[in-house]
This record gives sequence, structure tokens and C-alpha cells, in this order.
Amino acid sequence: MLDDFFIRAVLAGLGVAAVAGPLGSFVVWRRMAYFGDSTAHAAILGVAVSLAFNASIYAGTLLVALAMALAVSVLATRGQAMDTVLGVLSHSALAVGLVAISFVPQARSDLSAYLFGDILAVGRTDLALIWAGAAGVLALLAWRWQRLLTASVNEELAMAAGIDPRVERMILSLALAVVVALSIRVVGSLLISAMLIVPAAAARGLSRTPERMVGNATLIASFAVLAGLSASLRLDTPAGPSIVTAAALIFAVSQAFRRG
Amino acid sequence: MSALIEAKGLTIHRPGSHDTVLQGVDFRIEPQEIVTVVGPNGSGKSSLIRALLGHVPLAAGRVARKAGLRIGYVPQRVQVDTTIPMTVRRFLSLPRRVSGDVAARVLTHTGVEEVGARQLTQLSGGQFQRVLLARALLHDPHLLVLDEPTQGLDQPGIVAFYKLIEEVRRQTGAAVLMVSHDLLVVMRASDRVICLNGHVCCEGTPQHVSSAPEYRALFGAEAEGTLALYQHHHDHDHDHDAACLHPHHHAGAS
Repeated sequence: MLDDFFIRAVLAGLGVAAVAGPLGSFVVWRRMAYFGDSTAHAAILGVAVSLAFNASIYAGTLLVALAMALAVSVLATRGQAMDTVLGVLSHSALAVGLVAISFVPQARSDLSAYLFGDILAVGRTDLALIWAGAAGVLALLAWRWQRLLTASVNEELAMAAGIDPRVERMILSLALAVVVALSIRVVGSLLISAMLIVPAAAARGLSRTPERMVGNATLIASFAVLAGLSASLRLDTPAGPSIVTAAALIFAVSQAFRRG
Repeated sequence: MSALIEAKGLTIHRPGSHDTVLQGVDFRIEPQEIVTVVGPNGSGKSSLIRALLGHVPLAAGRVARKAGLRIGYVPQRVQVDTTIPMTVRRFLSLPRRVSGDVAARVLTHTGVEEVGARQLTQLSGGQFQRVLLARALLHDPHLLVLDEPTQGLDQPGIVAFYKLIEEVRRQTGAAVLMVSHDLLVVMRASDRVICLNGHVCCEGTPQHVSSAPEYRALFGAEAEGTLALYQHHHDHDHDHDAACLHPHHHAGAS
């Protein structure tokens, strides 16, 4: 079954959708959209580093994404305006990544695979890594669920309950870096944050509790993967952008059914 | 120790600098007491609360909390992001899950038993404050700490909220530590008032504080109103009028 490239693509996409639901919900709740963007853009730099050192793409992007998350956390506590810091880091990371990758001859040719993903080229090893990473992130979020949620609702209330909001923030940064690394083959650096934000935003208006929102976001993301991949196969459109387009259409429809 | 919380010589600096927010503050609260902290903006009221709860580092001094002390806390200006879908019922189960019975009990206690299924964002200001108070009452606290719990409420709402707090104290026996701007209502509802302005200006019974010159210097015309309240009350009891005018019980004045 795994011999079929389309089946592998579907399974890889569903693996990303499984983490995009819960993590994307936190990105929406904590207004981390731009933060997700800068971490994802840093992944291009990670690709350049991995290719230059002949290392695994996953390891390289994970390291650079972690470094980026750390840099943002440090700068944010220095009293800079957060959106400015993120604007600087996000676009710089993308630009530096693109410059760096131009020095790696073999990567120049398939640059768009890293920017927009190449889900149809996902192999068995990729699939195993994606699902292992997704399982790890889901276990982490499930373990910290009540704490993460309390810290997202209100940091003072969290502190009064003995929760350190800084620890929870670090955990989300770590989860985000892992998700960026494992989705780079699937949707690429430019569309990762779309996969996080669009399904969660669509689920927001349809959900009354955080848990329902996570469930709905995961369903929407999974449906977008299936719809996007089918469309891509029939219409010969690029797979990653087709998945995000499907999610965007669901978002548009969801706006008609908002429950406030 | 009999006190629930006792602090000596609290000094707090603004984060990342050596500006002093609070200097040499002594504090204690006994079981079942209602203590209110008043003071102008920036006088360190919230910092005092957060130091007593152990949320901010101390530059000097120490805080002792009674062993096993359970605190129910309502922070200042709680804003719940509209991006998080959250029913009142679900909110009560954060971070510790509580049973439906317990949730219904605390909501009834604070007079908002009908809002359990509603979204936090759909509550009025008064309902939201009552939900926060209900949440603070979970797990049977010995002490309720409320930082400006009536902010954003209208005058009848404020009066009703203080009535509720007195009622809760009567029913649960919890002590109450509050920060407040509502001088007039505070003076009626508290056992003891602490007037703060970077240090303790004056403290004591509401009657004592409202006649203290330090208090009147800080609050000006508004203070006259609270003094009038007591003078009015004392029309029937003429013995103490003279005592109010010179502050002989002065704790910590400087």
C-alpha cells in the first residue's frame, strides 16, 4: 500500500493535519501567527545548512527553527514591540535562507520544493519521521494540556495555580519547531503557518470549548489535505498550495456558520 | 502562627531596575478578616498583592504564609482573549478539573447559577466578576485575594459585589484581602484598611483611616466624602469624634 506515492502523500498530509489542529489552535489563541511565520521561514535557512553539511533536512530545519524560537523569546523579553521583532526576524530569516541556499548548487533547482513542499515525493522514511514527530508533539501537548490552556487564558491565573507561563511558552515554541521541521516536505516553508492558522481559524466560529475547537481544526485540516490532494491529482495543480486553498475555502464557508 | 499571611519589611523593585515600588511594608491578615488596600495609581497596591502571593521577587523583607494555606485569587483586569472559545463551566475546570456539582455550587454561591453553559465573552462585566469569584471559591480557600474586583462595574454593581463578598465571608469563613478604588464602599465593607503609597501611610479601622491626615492628603475631596460618612454615623455616638482627628493608633506612618 505504501508503494503508491499518492497513499504516502495522503498519510504524510494527515500526519501534519493531526498536529496542525491542536498546535494551530494555540497559535490562534495566543496570537502567535507571526511567530509561526518566522519559525517557518527560518526553515529555509535550515534547508541550506543541511544541504551544505550533507545532513538530514529534518535535523537542520529543526535546529534552525529552535534557534529562531529562542531568538524571538529572548528579544521579546527585551521590551521590543513584538510585531516589529517578528517582522524583522521573519523576513530576514527568509531572505538569508534564500541567499544561503543559492550557494548550494543542487538545491537551486528544486527551491520551490522547499518553499511550497513536495508532498508527492514523500518516501517511507519521511513518512515514518512525520508520524513519529507528530506523535511526539501530540503526546507533549496532551501531557501539558490543562497547564497550557490555563496559561493561554490568563497568565496571572496560571501563576496563582503554580504554573510558570514561561515554561508553557517554551513548550509551545519547541512543539512549533518540531512541526515546522516535519511539515517542510509536505507544505513547505511558506505554507506551514497557513496549515496551522487557517483550519484553526475556521474551527473557531464552530466551537464552544477549546477541546471542540482542536477537534474541529484537526478535522478541517484533514479534509483540506484529502480535498487538496485529490484536486491536485485531477487538475495537475501544485499539491501544497492546493491543500492550503482547500483549507481557505473551508474557512470562507465557516464564516457563514459562525456561532460567535 | 495565627496570621494567614505575615510580611515584614517588604521592598520591591520595578522589574529590571532599582526604582522602588514598595519600601519596608509590614503586613498581616488574620482568619476571617476583610482587609482592603487603598492608594493612588502606581502606589504599589498590586505589587503588594503579588508579592504576598509570591509572584514577584523581593528586594528585601520576607513573607510567611501559613502552612497549607489555600488562596482563591482574582487578578486585576482579567481579559480572556476572544479567540479562545470557553464556556463558564470549562473555565472553572482550569487548571484543576472539578465536578459538575462543585461548579454548580460555586456559581450558585455567587448568584450566577444560570451562566454555566455561556461563553465567557458573552458575560456582562458584573457576571464575569462573579464567575471569577466563583472560580476563586473552588477548593475551599482560607483566603480570598481580589485585586480591584469591581473595576468596570457601575455603582449599583459595585455595592452588590461588596455585599456578595461579605456574604461569602459569612458563609465560608474565608478571610478577604482586596485592592480597591471604591473608597466609600470600602470604608463600609472592611474590617481594616491599609492606605498605601509606596509605603504604608496609615492603617487601621475604616473610621480611623478616613480621618487620618495622610489619607486625606492622598485622596483630597474624595476622602472628605468618606469622612462625612463616619461623621454622619457618629451623630448618634458623640464620644469618638475627637479621637478621629488625631491619629494615635498610627501603625507604620512615616
